[in-house]
Amino acid sequence: MTTANPQALIMPADWRDFFALTKPGVMRLVIFTAVCGMLAAPGSIHPVLAFTAILCIAVGAGGAAALNQWWEADIDAVMKRTAGRPIPGGRMDRTSARDFGFALSGLSVMTMGLAISWLAAGILAFSIFYYAYLYTVWLKPRTPQNIVIGGGAGAFPPLIGWIAVTGDITLMPVLLFLIIFMWTPPHFWALALFVQIDYSKAGIPMMPVVAGERSTRWQILAYAAALLPLSMTPWFIGGTGWIYGVSALLLSGMFLWLSLKVGLRTSTPGDGMKPEKRLFAYSIFYLFILFAMLVVDRFATIYGLQA
Amino acid sequence: MTQLPDNHPLSATETDALRTRQRERNKVMALILGLLVILFFAISIVKIAAKPPHAAGEGAEQAEQS
Repeated sequence: MTTANPQALIMPADWRDFFALTKPGVMRLVIFTAVCGMLAAPGSIHPVLAFTAILCIAVGAGGAAALNQWWEADIDAVMKRTAGRPIPGGRMDRTSARDFGFALSGLSVMTMGLAISWLAAGILAFSIFYYAYLYTVWLKPRTPQNIVIGGGAGAFPPLIGWIAVTGDITLMPVLLFLIIFMWTPPHFWALALFVQIDYSKAGIPMMPVVAGERSTRWQILAYAAALLPLSMTPWFIGGTGWIYGVSALLLSGMFLWLSLKVGLRTSTPGDGMKPEKRLFAYSIFYLFILFAMLVVDRFATIYGLQA
Repeated sequence: MTQLPDNHPLSATETDALRTRQRERNKVMALILGLLVILFFAISIVKIAAKPPHAAGEGAEQAEQS
């Protein structure tokens, strides 16, 4: 194993690099969707326990991210977007990242089990295993559908948040899981379309690299089309009121519209990939607002503002 | 990787940089451990104070038996 700067490894890694290893940017969305799952769930939970559950979900995600970077240091090193991460950047050795990742994962699962419930802890443990092993080690280097599977990892937080409150698995948290699951491929492939050179260099079979742009654009469209009815299902089954239902219709409609623009066009060199970048930016906004509306809907129902 | 190779004596500035970094790490570690102590204490208090959901039922059963 070679690193860019072996001399620097004499120094113990800076604590900021350990923090960076947990992918704080991704964690924002994880925390947000977990909080939304918690707030939208029927029932109540003591604020201290709610905080603990969110902390465990976030730390678990951080542990999985650290394990991911321990495993993928070689791949990260050849991609411009990831070459500056702590391990490929030569600021941390792989062993530290591995130990840090296992420590965070173990600590978060144990705390979740002791403070909340072993069902929530079990699902948290499975989500870490899913991301750090099933996705990172097994599927990502093998199939261009990798990101579809990877989306599952990001879909766990609201499910765990919900279960932390109710203590059991019902259709609603599973629907929240499925919404993020279906959202991830168009979200990520939009990004992959404008950074695809990086992935081909690293030998990761990203969809645009393997199946070509045409096919990727069609698949973005297909997932966005499936997302529209799926995102409205919580309303159809009576799990939410019309506030969420109408919001989901408008937000997913816009998502489909932007995906249409990406799906039906052919890029020419030097066109700046504007529609793809817009879809990527919108997809993040979409998930934030959709989950926020889920919470707004729940509180509107509690306070009698909707039938 | 705090272990230094024997064949590499550190200069004064390198030693200073190493110590500074170790101190920073220790401070962050102390802060995290302190917060964990507070968190676990709070969890314990909440758990002790909360009545388990089956407690009422059990109490009634015992009352019937006696």
